[in-house]
This record gives sequence, structure tokens and C-alpha cells, in this order.
Amino acid sequence: MSKLLEVKNLHLKIEDTEILKGIEFSLEKGEVFALIGPNGCGKSTLAYTLMGINKYHPQKGEMYFKGEKINDLKITERAKKGITLAWQEPARYQGVTVREFLALGLKSKGEEVTEEKLRDALNKVAINPYQYLNRFVDKSLSGGERKRIELASLILMHPELIILDEPDSGVDVVALNNIAEMINYFKESGSGILLITHSEEMLKYADQAALVCEGEIIRQGNPADISEYFKSFCYPCAKEEECETEVAS
Amino acid sequence: MNDYEMMINAYKDAGGDDIFADSEVAHLVLERDKILGMHAVEGLEVEADKISEDTVKVKVLVKAGYQIKNPVHMCFGVLPKEGRQKIDMNVEVQKNAKVEVVADCVFPNAVKVEHIMDAVINIDDGGNYIYKEHHFHGDNGGVEVIAKSDINVEANGKLVTKFDLLEGRVGKIDFDYKANIAEHGTVEMLARISGQKNDLIKIREAAHLNGESARGILDSKIALKDQAEAEIYNELTADAAEAMGHVDCTEIIKDQAIARAIPIVDVRHPEAKVTHEAAIGSVDSTQLQTLMSRGLDEEEASDVIIQGLLND
Repeated sequence: MSKLLEVKNLHLKIEDTEILKGIEFSLEKGEVFALIGPNGCGKSTLAYTLMGINKYHPQKGEMYFKGEKINDLKITERAKKGITLAWQEPARYQGVTVREFLALGLKSKGEEVTEEKLRDALNKVAINPYQYLNRFVDKSLSGGERKRIELASLILMHPELIILDEPDSGVDVVALNNIAEMINYFKESGSGILLITHSEEMLKYADQAALVCEGEIIRQGNPADISEYFKSFCYPCAKEEECETEVAS
Repeated sequence: MNDYEMMINAYKDAGGDDIFADSEVAHLVLERDKILGMHAVEGLEVEADKISEDTVKVKVLVKAGYQIKNPVHMCFGVLPKEGRQKIDMNVEVQKNAKVEVVADCVFPNAVKVEHIMDAVINIDDGGNYIYKEHHFHGDNGGVEVIAKSDINVEANGKLVTKFDLLEGRVGKIDFDYKANIAEHGTVEMLARISGQKNDLIKIREAAHLNGESARGILDSKIALKDQAEAEIYNELTADAAEAMGHVDCTEIIKDQAIARAIPIVDVRHPEAKVTHEAAIGSVDSTQLQTLMSRGLDEEEASDVIIQGLLND
């Protein structure tokens, strides 16, 4: 049976800089796969490449979703197949209410928009629907609030593959707990999750993990082992001394 | 169907509420130079007189201390394909009076229509005037709107104008609004316009914060596509202590559209402050691609962003 997501020998160069260098991993349905690495190692670039964001088209390698090659599909086509991305910095929309924003995912799937569905999704991310449904998704909301609203929109879409780009960055402890609950919720709902993070704390929610360094996966396996390695050798970066960047186990 | 019924139907088609039979709601209905309906309520005087071919003089007076409960509805327009309507408007909001006017201007069949508004607005001490103007021009692009306003807001007075033209073609719009604001007075001028094809939008707004603690906001949001063009001149001057204001112009362009924003900020008192923001560009790519990652195609995502901006 085909894996939910399979990435093979993925290379991406933007202008003259090679950012992804032969990335390979796979992800099953209902599984959380964490990609950890320091800032600037190419994690978000990989997220954008998988989603098909403009300018992030790989020069080499393949991406398969449920056995189908998706390299040439546009963002909307990938989304309609069941892939979506929660951005590290969720966008702000002047004049678009939380209600309208949440309804978009439902409408694009041809599903009926009901108050009950919208309220239920917001309750799941610990946002009071009565206070927020008519607010604008603009600068009046904090980054943490926008992240939770974005997660609520994913609940309504129930995509098969969710790419969570740094869901823990810029949020308080309460929001962090809620994000952890959401990861479990998506997993139990059968979605596969690619969890991108630079915090080893997040690895405890993963089933598999890989360490990315300078555009390469240098280590892959049990999240606890990857976390330990990351703590020991990546903070501060010990590449010049003990780091085993050449050995991917 | 008589002229009045045709006008009301056009007004309803453009999204207007059916309020003309309500005796508690003041209204005025003008089709070209024909006065089709007029009704006032206690505290409010409305007069309309045809003064020459195509020209109607309108006087609105809100008496001192009266707070008019329901918005006054005005319906202006030209129903045939060709025609001209000139309205000389005089508005006086007396001391501590308050009124909201909702004006719907409908030109559903316009191929060659001129709509000229020449307004003088005086708001006395503590007066409050909210003027919301909604235009519907049809799909031919054959309307030319020329609007000029001289506005005077006395101490503690407040003026809010909201103009929107979001459906159908613009044709040509040429606004020239000037406002003088006395101490503790406030002016807010908001415009939301969506232009397409060869529409032409020209807005000149100037507010002079002459009095201490006067406040002013000039806020324009314009979306353009095809070969549409817009020029927005926003001028805000402050020459008294604690006078504060903000100029904000956002224009989103697509295709071969052209947008210009010229904010003029002039401050002549060390304790006054005026800020401005102007942004012209295409739809933000992060916003666009986030919506596309929710399954919307590029056109749908772009529409959501532009409508949001214009509804803000």
C-alpha cells in the first residue's frame, strides 16, 4: 500500500543557493513525523516545496502523495487532494472575519457551512466562538490567536496531510498545550502530520523524527534519540567537533 | 410603472432597504430633476426645488438638539441611458443635533450619464453628521460622477463620510472634498471603490485640523484591475495643539491597472501629529497562497482578499 507522503532525493536551489540537498523520508496515515533543525536549515523551505508554493519548485527528486507524483501540481490542486499547510506566521486579512475565514475551507470542499461546525472547531482550539467569530483576522489578533484560528480551519477541512510549520513558535504555554492537543486530535482523526520545529520539546508528540542540517537529513529515527542528539550537538552547533553530519542512521 | 416605482425598484435592486412607506423614516427621492418623493420627521427639514433644467437644490436642516432616530434615506439617480443630474446640496446640522443619512445613487442603465453633486455642509457645535453613500452604476461604465463638498465642522462636531462603489462599473469619478475642523471636532472620510476595465477614479480629500484637539482620518481603499486607473490625493494639515490625524491609502492592482497615491501631511504646531500610510501593490502572496492551500483557486483567493480590504 502506498505511503501517505513519500519524498525521494529532493533538491531545491533558489538562485545560486542550494537549500535542500537530497531530502528523503516518508510518512504514513495517522503518523506524526517531526523534522527538527536549527533556524535556517531548510525546514520551512521543505514545507513550502511540499505545498507547491511559488518559487519552491524542486530541480531534482520526487514527491508522492498516496502514490501519486505531485511535483507538477499547483497549490490548489494539492490542497484539493488533501494536503495543507499551517504557516509559521499565519497571514492577516483586513476585513475578513473569523467566520468567513473558517468557512472558506468548508466551501472549497463543497461542504455546508453551519454555525455549529464553526463553533465546534473554535472550541477545540480553546477560542470562544461568541467572542471571535465576528472579529477580523487582522492585526487586532495576536500571533497565537491567529495560529489557533488557523488550526480551527484545518479541523474543518480535515485534510489527509497537514504540514505544521513551527506551530510552537511565538505562542504562550496555554496555546502550546492546545497545539499539542490538536496534534493528537489530527492524528486520531487519521491525518498524517509533518511537524516542523526547532524545539526538541515538540518531538515528544512525534512517532518518527529526523534532524535536518544545512538542507540535509543527517539523522532519522526514534524521536527520543533524535531529541537527545539535537540537544547534545546542535545547541550550540558542534559541527566542527563531534557532529556526525556525514552519518545518517 | 411610474417614475417613482421604477426608481424605487432600481434602488432595491442595488441593495437598498424598503423603507419609503415608513412614516418614521425621512426620505428624498430624485430622478434627474424630478422630485419623486420627500418626507421629513420631527426635528428634520428637507426641501427640494428644481432650479433649472437637470438641477435640483436640496436643503437639509437638523434642528438644534434633535437626534434623528432613524437614518434618513436619499435615493438619487438617472434611469435612462443618457441624462444629467445636478444636485446643489446644503446641509446644516445645528448645535448638538445628530443625523445619519444613507444615500443610494443608482444609474443602472447608464451609457452617458452625468451626476454632479455640489455640497456645502455645516456642522454646528456638538453636531454629528454621518453620511453613507452607496453607488450602483450598472455594467456599461457610462457614468461620470463629479462631487464637490465644502465642509465646516465647529467645536466638538463630528462628520463621517463613507463612500462605496463595489459592484458594477465605476465609469469616471472625480471627488473634491475640503473640510475645516474646529477644536475637539472630528472628521472621518472613508472611500471604498472597485475599478475595472477603463474606469477612472480621482479623489482629492483635504482636511484641515485648525482647532485644538481636532481629529481627522482620511482612509481610501481601492482595488483596480484591467486598465483601470486611480489617483488619490489625501491632504491632512494640523496647526493647533493636540490636533491629530492619520491618512491611510491602500490600493491593490491587477493586470494593467495603474494606481497613484499622493498623501500630503502638513503639521504646523509642535504638539500636533499626523501620520500617513500608503501601500500600492498586488495581492499579498502569503495571504493568497494561504487561501490556495485551503483549496481556493487563485482567482477565488484574490477575490476574498480584495473584498475583505474593501469591506474593512
